[in-house]
Amino acid sequence: MGPYSPAFRHVFAHLGWEVLVPERPTQDTLSLGFKNAPEFFCAPFKTTLGTYIEALEAGAEVLVTTGGVGPCRAGHYAQVQAEILRRKGYQFEMVVFEPIARDPLGLLRNVRRLNRNRTSIPRLVSLVKEALQKLACIDQFGEELRRLRPRELRPGQAEAVYDQVVQALDAAESRADIERVRRQGLEAFRAVPNDPDRPILKVGIVGEIYVVLEPASNLGIEKMLGEMGVEVHPSITLSGWTAENVVTEVGNSAKRAAAPYLGALIGGHGQESVGNAVLFARRGFDGLVQLAPFTCIPEIVARGVLPAVSRDLDLPFISFFLDEQTGEAGARTRVEAFVDMLWQRRRAKEGAV
Amino acid sequence: MRVGLPRTLWYFTYAAFWRTFFTGLGAEVVTSPPTTRQTLDSGIAACVSEACLPLKIYFGHVIELADRVDRLFVPRLVSVDGRRVFCPKFLGLPDLVRHSGLKLPPLLDVTIDRRRGPLFLWRACRHLGQSLGASSPRIVRAFLAASRAQRAHTARLAAGALPAGATPPSWPRGRLTAEANPPIRVALLGYPYLIFDEYVNLGLLKKLRALNVEYRTVETVPERLLRKQNRFFQKRPFWRYSDLVARAGYHFLGPGWSEVDGVVHVTAFACGPDALVDKLLELEGERKQRPYLNITLDEQSGEAGYVTRLEAFVDTVRRRVVTGSG
Repeated sequence: MGPYSPAFRHVFAHLGWEVLVPERPTQDTLSLGFKNAPEFFCAPFKTTLGTYIEALEAGAEVLVTTGGVGPCRAGHYAQVQAEILRRKGYQFEMVVFEPIARDPLGLLRNVRRLNRNRTSIPRLVSLVKEALQKLACIDQFGEELRRLRPRELRPGQAEAVYDQVVQALDAAESRADIERVRRQGLEAFRAVPNDPDRPILKVGIVGEIYVVLEPASNLGIEKMLGEMGVEVHPSITLSGWTAENVVTEVGNSAKRAAAPYLGALIGGHGQESVGNAVLFARRGFDGLVQLAPFTCIPEIVARGVLPAVSRDLDLPFISFFLDEQTGEAGARTRVEAFVDMLWQRRRAKEGAV
Repeated sequence: MRVGLPRTLWYFTYAAFWRTFFTGLGAEVVTSPPTTRQTLDSGIAACVSEACLPLKIYFGHVIELADRVDRLFVPRLVSVDGRRVFCPKFLGLPDLVRHSGLKLPPLLDVTIDRRRGPLFLWRACRHLGQSLGASSPRIVRAFLAASRAQRAHTARLAAGALPAGATPPSWPRGRLTAEANPPIRVALLGYPYLIFDEYVNLGLLKKLRALNVEYRTVETVPERLLRKQNRFFQKRPFWRYSDLVARAGYHFLGPGWSEVDGVVHVTAFACGPDALVDKLLELEGERKQRPYLNITLDEQSGEAGYVTRLEAFVDTVRRRVVTGSG
C-alpha cells in the first residue's frame, strides 16, 4: 500500500523470505481485481485482490495481510479474498495479523510461522523497530515532497528526489544506516530550488486510509493538487496510524473534535474524517478533500455530516467516491474548479482585509 | 405530543416496543405511510448521493413525518446483543438526520447499546421518558408493557407472520395451478427493511405466492439454531442484521435444507455488508450444490429484470424437486 514497501520488505527479508513486493498497482492490477471481485466490494478490496493475483502469478507462496474487528468490512477481506483465490485454483498460505489485544496467541502463531530463519526475539524486536523507523522516515520524505511540489521552480524535481531517497532507504540495513539515509534525504530535498514566498493554498485530505495512501487508487490526487499550487496535508500517514491503532485504540484529538457532529465510532475512518475536517478548519486551511471508496458506509456517513462542518467552520470541501469508473480527466476538472474557487475565496478575503 | 416513527430500517423489528412505550407515556405515535415512489424520490433528493438505497428511503420517511409530528424518534442503534453492532448507517443515524439541512422537529435521540450493561434498554427508556416529562412509575409501566409487546411481536414473526406495518400481500390473480406447478419452498433472506417493504422489493412476496412458492424468513429460524451456525470461515460478520442473514443462510443451506428447496438472498444496491454476506452465501451454495439466487434492489425499480431471473430460478428449483434431484 502506497510507498511503504521498504519497511515491510526489511522485516520479511530478514526473517528469511524472498520478498515479492508487488509493483505499484497499475490499470491491469485494478482490472484483475475488478473482474474477480463482487460488484459492491470497495476499491481497496478489488485493488488488493488484483495485487494478490499478480503476486501469485509471480510465484508467491505466502500472502501476508492484516485483519481487523470492524465495524469496517475490511476486517473480513482476507478470508473472502483467500476463498476467491482458492476457487481460482491458486495454492498459497495466507497469514492474517489481527489486532494484538484481540488475539495475542494468533500473533505468536503468525510470528512463528513467518520466522523462517529462527531469528531470536531480541533481533525480532529490533527488526520491528527498524521497520517503524523506516515508516516514519518515508512519511517524513512524503511531507517534504508535499511541501515542495507547489513551490519548486522546476516541476517534477522534488518527485525525482523522493523516488531516489525512498530507493536508498530500501537498501539501508541498520538503524544508523536508516538515520543516515534520512539526513541525506532531507539534505537532498533542501537542495531543490524553490520559492518559499510563493503564495500557496493549504488543503487537508481526509478519508479512508487505503485510498488516501495509495496514489494508484486515488488518481494521484496529491500530485494533481501539488502541481496546481496546493500544499496537501493528509490526515493519515501509516506511521501515525500504526502508533495510534496498534498500541492503543483510537483515542485522539480527532475523535474529540468530531464529537459535536458525529457522536459515535462508526467504523472505518468515518469519525476521524469528520474530526480531522474540524481540526484542519481550526488550523486555517483553505479547503478539504474527502477521499473514499464507493460503497464505503463509514465515509458516506461522514459525507452526510461534512456539509454541517463546512458551513459552521467556513471550510469548503469536495468529495471523491472512487471506483473503477472514476476517470482521471473528470476528477482533474473537478479539482481544478475547486482550486479556482479556493483562490477566489482567498483573494476575496485578502481584499476585505 | 406526537412522536414520529419512520416505517423502515429497524421499524419492522422493534416498532412493537417503541410504539407501546411511547403510547404508554401518553404520546401519540405517528408512523410514516408505507414507502411510495414519492418517499423514495424525496429521500434521494435529501440524502448523500453515494448512500445505499435503504438510507435514502429512510430519509424519505423522515421527510414524510417532518410536519406531522412534534418529535422524531431517531435512536442511535449500536448493539442489542453486546457483540454484533448495527451497520454504520444505524450508528450515525442521528448525526446524519441532524446535519441533513432539512427542516425537522426536534429529535428524540438515545443510544441503544448492550455493551453499556445489562440495563441498557431500561436506562435508554428512562432517559427518553424523562426528556418527555413522564413520571417514574409511568415510565416503568410503559417499559414493561413495551417489553411484553416486543416478546409477542418476536413470537409472531417467528411463526411466519408479517410484522405490523408491513403491507400484507393480497392473494394475486393469475396464480399458477398447483397441479402443473407443485408448491416449492424457499428461504427468503434479507434485512427486514427489504423483505417487509413491498414497495422496495417490488411486491416480491406477492410474486412468490403467484409462482406457488412458500417462503421462510430469517425471523422464523429459532435463535438456538442460528447460534449453531458458527462457521463463517474464521470470522462472524460484525453487523447485527448481516450476521442474522448469514447465519440463517448457512442454516438453510446446511442442516435446515430439509425445510426449503432453494435460497433467495435479497440485497440493496450499494449495501456494503450485503456484498460480503452475499459472497459468503454464494460460495456456500456452490459448495453444497444447492440453488442460490441473489436479487439486488435498486432505486431504478425496474421489475422486469428481476422477475425473469426469479421465474427462471423457481423453474429450476421446481424441476429439481419434481425429479427428486434436490
